[in-house]
Amino acid sequence: MSDIANKVRSIIVEKLGVDENEVTPEASFTNDLGADSLDTVELIMEFEKEFSLSIPDDQAENIQTVGQAITYLEANAK
Amino acid sequence: MRRVVVTGLGALTPLGNTVKEYWEGLVQGRSGAGPITRFDASKYRTRFAAEVKGFDPENHMDRKEARKMDPYAQYAMVTAQDALLDAGLEEFKVNGERAGVIWGSGIGGLYTVYHEFKNFFEGDGVPKFNPFFVPKMISDIAAGYLSIRYGFRGPNYTTVSACASSNNAIIDAFNYIRWGVTDLFITGGSEAAVNEPGVAGFNAMKALSERNEDPATASRPFDLDRDGFVLGEGGAALILESLDHALARDARIYAEIAGVGLSADAHHITAPHPEGLGATLVMRNALRDANLSPSEIDYINVHGTSTPLGDLSEIKAIQNVFGEDAYRLNVSSTKSMTGHLLGAAGAAEAVACILAIVNNTVPPTINHFTDDPAFDPRINLTFNTPQGRTIRAALSNTFGFGGHNTSVIFKAYQA
Repeated sequence: MSDIANKVRSIIVEKLGVDENEVTPEASFTNDLGADSLDTVELIMEFEKEFSLSIPDDQAENIQTVGQAITYLEANAK
Repeated sequence: MRRVVVTGLGALTPLGNTVKEYWEGLVQGRSGAGPITRFDASKYRTRFAAEVKGFDPENHMDRKEARKMDPYAQYAMVTAQDALLDAGLEEFKVNGERAGVIWGSGIGGLYTVYHEFKNFFEGDGVPKFNPFFVPKMISDIAAGYLSIRYGFRGPNYTTVSACASSNNAIIDAFNYIRWGVTDLFITGGSEAAVNEPGVAGFNAMKALSERNEDPATASRPFDLDRDGFVLGEGGAALILESLDHALARDARIYAEIAGVGLSADAHHITAPHPEGLGATLVMRNALRDANLSPSEIDYINVHGTSTPLGDLSEIKAIQNVFGEDAYRLNVSSTKSMTGHLLGAAGAAEAVACILAIVNNTVPPTINHFTDDPAFDPRINLTFNTPQGRTIRAALSNTFGFGGHNTSVIFKAYQA
């Protein structure tokens, strides 16, 4: 697993207070990991901070699962 | 109107994190003050406070929940849960439509405001405010969280009247129950202002004691050398019920609320009226509401913050209201031990009054060294050691910046 994937998973574990083994690529933040709309916003902000990038709103809307976050960040993080 | 009784108590205070430890601290005459540990206070005029000790929110809630709450809201959750357990309500099915939450906090999420602003000012100017910033900061959110946790769908809000906030909460809860709107309330208050802006802000007003060399004796209400209040923090919760509701579920009854009073000084934003005009009025209002005469009050838990002017005007007010009875009853300031819990003071002192009635023991005003000739020596200020006496009724005063005055009278429960 890439460094980016590991960081993403640990941010999700920390922010959503979930078990690491729940953080599978298919897991949806809202449907599987108990996130509400504010949690999701916070997650995106945390990704932006950790990977020093800015995620436009229209792209953030498409990041709804762990796998989508990892894919996006692997493609866009510097 | 219906009678209203107190059936559950919770407390998280500088003297201890349970009601039992709090009361033990009060009758032992312990001080909860010490050097500030929450932040580096080495450059501050006041470098001590009465902090809650050994509190870990994750012992009471999961990390995700704790992270979304300012400390003041965490204190609310913990004390309310303790009070519900104490009242035997965790197992008892409450009709959520007839149960409410009215909480008091003078300042709300100051810690959250400070840290969020600090991040912003230290950043590059692009706002990156946390989505939980607003719900963590606002001072009503504790009441909201409590309703969500317990499914209480009756009246729900927070009262804000500075250091009178939680007395206002108790007063409103009492009113809704006696008017028949609601059968049961979680009420009380919490505050968590031992942080950089809290200490510096009160310091700038010269409101805080600066007795850095001896924090434990710094809160000394009525002493000649009192030099300001000691900032405290924490929370306390009460379960109020209509008497009928309490009897129907065979609840243990601590005490009854006899009556309440409200008034304003209409004088100055922070200074008390020198003749105690508002304080006189509020105690008279409470006695009239309770239908009690001054001769029936045995204990007054004063606002008594250990400031030069405040202590004077409150005693003048007591003499105005109680006349010769002022020399018969006991007066004490438990802030000598807890420090000043600001918006949580009324709730913490309500718990002290209720346990004083239950135990027939007046907790002391500690740290008395030198008499101030401004106070009539015939007034029993309960200096340094607790005093046993039958307490039929106890009156609890809290006054807030803005000139808000509140009194609540508790009396021994008699069927």
